[in-house]
Amino acid sequence: MSSLATSTEAADEASRSADLRLTTLTKRFGDFVAVDRLDLTIPAGSFFALLGPSGCGKTTTLRMVAGLEVPTEGEVRLGDDDITWAKPYRRPVNTVFQNYALFPHLTIYENVAFGLRRRGRKDVSAPVQEMLGLVQLEGFESRKPTQLSGGQQQRVALARALINHPQVLLLDEPLGALDLKLRRQMQMELKRIQVEVGVTFVHVTHDQEEAMTMADTIAVMNGGHIEQMGSPGELYENPRTTFVANFLGQSNLVTGRVTGRDGEDLVVDAQGAEVRVPVSRANEVDGDVWLGVRPEKVVLTPAGDRPDRNSLGRAEIVDVSFVGVSTQYMLRMPWQQDLMAFEQNTGARAVMHRGDVVEVGFAGAHAFLLDHAQDARAGVDQDLTA
Amino acid sequence: MTAGAVAPPAAVPRRRRATVWLLLLPGGLWLTAFFLVPLVQLVATSLYDPSGSEELGYAMTWSWSNYTDAIDFYAEPLVRGFGYAAVATLLCLVIGYPLAYAIAFKAGRWKNLMLVLVIAPFFTSFLIRTLAWKLILSDNGFVVGVFKTLGLVADDGRLLATGFAVVAGLTYNFLPFMVLPLYASLEKIDHRLIEAAGDLYASPVQGFRRVTLPLSMPGVIAGTLLTFIPATGDFINAQLLGDTTTTMIGNVIQSRFEVGDYPAAAALSVTLMVLIVIMVSVYIRKAGTEDLL
Repeated sequence: MSSLATSTEAADEASRSADLRLTTLTKRFGDFVAVDRLDLTIPAGSFFALLGPSGCGKTTTLRMVAGLEVPTEGEVRLGDDDITWAKPYRRPVNTVFQNYALFPHLTIYENVAFGLRRRGRKDVSAPVQEMLGLVQLEGFESRKPTQLSGGQQQRVALARALINHPQVLLLDEPLGALDLKLRRQMQMELKRIQVEVGVTFVHVTHDQEEAMTMADTIAVMNGGHIEQMGSPGELYENPRTTFVANFLGQSNLVTGRVTGRDGEDLVVDAQGAEVRVPVSRANEVDGDVWLGVRPEKVVLTPAGDRPDRNSLGRAEIVDVSFVGVSTQYMLRMPWQQDLMAFEQNTGARAVMHRGDVVEVGFAGAHAFLLDHAQDARAGVDQDLTA
Repeated sequence: MTAGAVAPPAAVPRRRRATVWLLLLPGGLWLTAFFLVPLVQLVATSLYDPSGSEELGYAMTWSWSNYTDAIDFYAEPLVRGFGYAAVATLLCLVIGYPLAYAIAFKAGRWKNLMLVLVIAPFFTSFLIRTLAWKLILSDNGFVVGVFKTLGLVADDGRLLATGFAVVAGLTYNFLPFMVLPLYASLEKIDHRLIEAAGDLYASPVQGFRRVTLPLSMPGVIAGTLLTFIPATGDFINAQLLGDTTTTMIGNVIQSRFEVGDYPAAAALSVTLMVLIVIMVSVYIRKAGTEDLL
């Protein structure tokens, strides 16, 4: 009965909920611009991630949506309603706070019931039980938050927010305090719950894996603005900036120059090697470019085998890391740049050794071209320090 | 690895226990000599023959009637002492809570300065500060003038030597003891909890009532106890700012000791102590379960 109630209620919510629209949203703290004229539309019912290093403005954006921060400029709209100036307790928006912010003096039951009680609902028992069921915490009603593990607290925080059937649920680094294994498990769990309740989730994180696993759409933020927005696949396969290329996964960026066009391909001179990249994958179509190839897209063939694809020439393997599912090679290119290559351990070929010489190639459809004016190291390792 | 790290495991708990005793020793000795022994002496004195005096000496006669006599005779100052202390404690809470709240949440960079200002009165002696209140409330002082203008005091009335003056003095003197523990407990509250309350549809007033206030209860309890207990036994304020109609139990105990009526003074002291212990235990039990809210 309860699951039926959940699904019908969820359907009602989904039909009522509306797109979240941010227009030229800006937040300045003194001279520091935390969020810089942000325009963003988050479709109703989506699982949206704001991804970026610490200090990129993602949390400030979230807090402006929650009403915990007042924008310096711009608008926050939910469907047709302008909620830019609405008090947090008057918005149909709830938040799962970083480190959860559970009320330590209240039981789990009262924590979950808090929002309903504040809105004057008397019969909270059924919805509370339903929510505790949704997050699989039946039987924990009378405990206090400190008696729960990190993962359980995180579920309580989720139940406490979702019980209010918000139009938008905001999650501020929700899994940051959990260990790796639990984080993986909660990623699946959050995704399941989002699909089940159909509420728009806006998820702020600095963890690219977390964003890619859960979100339908990711907006990569850097320095108060959005670098690129799209599905995890789009962002990964065709990053438009060096920041995105480096922040989401790793990229080999090689200096090149567009020398001409051959049908649907651009001809690029990459450190003396002539390679072809489809025009559709070029964010820069002439002049100096960064030629980007993801490490797992790099194809290694024994020296002497002329590859029938784009070749970057011969390289010496200078480092080998065997990580089980794959082997990671560091390749010293003739122009002294080190590139990374990941090769699946399919068993088709023995693991190569340091000092071996290989031909380095890639398929043009797997490469991308970026404006050379950008810093090739933008976004490197930033998720580690965040 | 050093040799110490491979000592037999059984020795570790024993040594740890010895350390605990060693740590407790100085405090234990001090309290035994200067608290436990005098306490036993006080209880013993309360049961001495009431006809004894400093010249004739005192005899232990197990006179339980000392208690009934003292309570009978001094019921009024006893009740008044508790009453004044309760009113002063309440006033301290009403004045101190907003102050502590402002220092903890709104003071920003003025926080430390404001805390120093709260403690600043301690740089002057308790006695001198109370004497100063004599001037503040004096018949020709501006306070009385203002009160007369407002019609709060009759034209021939006064503030000094009234219950008002005693309670005002108590409130003034014990305010820091209320503010500091309140500040400590408010300052500790994670600001995100208050944000979370707002996010969960609690208006600022509801958020205060449901989150801030309950979480500051340890400070409220500590503050009220630190104010109420010493205020109940206080005699300086009643002596300097009151008159014979505002006598508190502390004044009686003090005067009984002065005239050498040790059995009555001791019986009153023990009575006061027992009553405070009972009231405090009930209070803490109620407060612990948040029944006071």
